[in-house]
Amino acid sequence: MELQLEKKDRAILARISGEIDLAVADHLRSALERGLDDHAGVRNIVVNLSGVKYIDSSGLGVLLGRYKRVSRDGGSIFIVGASPPVRKIIEMSGLLRIMRECPSEEDALNQAG
Amino acid sequence: MEPVNRMKTEFTSLPANVAFARVAAASFASQLDFTINDLEEIKVAVSEAVTNAIVHGYEGRADRTVALTVAISKDTLEIVVEDAGKGIEDLERAMQPAYSTDPERMGLGFAFMQSFSDQLKVDTGPGAGTRVTMTKVCTRKINASPGH
Repeated sequence: MELQLEKKDRAILARISGEIDLAVADHLRSALERGLDDHAGVRNIVVNLSGVKYIDSSGLGVLLGRYKRVSRDGGSIFIVGASPPVRKIIEMSGLLRIMRECPSEEDALNQAG
Repeated sequence: MEPVNRMKTEFTSLPANVAFARVAAASFASQLDFTINDLEEIKVAVSEAVTNAIVHGYEGRADRTVALTVAISKDTLEIVVEDAGKGIEDLERAMQPAYSTDPERMGLGFAFMQSFSDQLKVDTGPGAGTRVTMTKVCTRKINASPGH
């Protein structure tokens, strides 16, 4: 898995690629937590999954944990670019009912920033 | 089920081996004429079973063994994931969607295993380890036959 984190106004943009499972969940969790810790004004996370080939419940748990954190301050997670198999897993988990799915990174940043 | 083709592998309970297990199972399963979508679902089901073995069965200990057996009989795939860990005390509760003992986990492991297989059987008990058996029928014709 590869992760690029960037601060954009009041949001963190996380571009993730590769496979998200138990082997990388801790690393992804720590990196996102650090991103939130380092930028006090940030309320939203834009997660660009266009490079993600695989995700399972370990990865979904990381997203849910960060959602719980940002939603306490009125923030949210914006999901972008999930491929059909990845989107199917996220949808089945129910996360799409609480997070926001956007058609593009630009659109997500406009809403989140 | 009478196996016509079978593979068994054992690996250390390391998170890095979750990917190995799902890819190995899906590669073996591809001898049946499963769709790409089916193979993706098989990968998720195996990942969830192996993740449960490592995280819950062995409580994250990285020095134990997980066994993966995949068998093909006619048009049916059978996948067995076994650990010799602490077992599940309340299986009915553990199989409820969104039940998890860890706030960082979604409790969807069994839900995905159930959704992505035709049949799911779990043999477990306190201190007795856990054996997860998933079967999935391939509705298209078989590619490989014994001896080829």
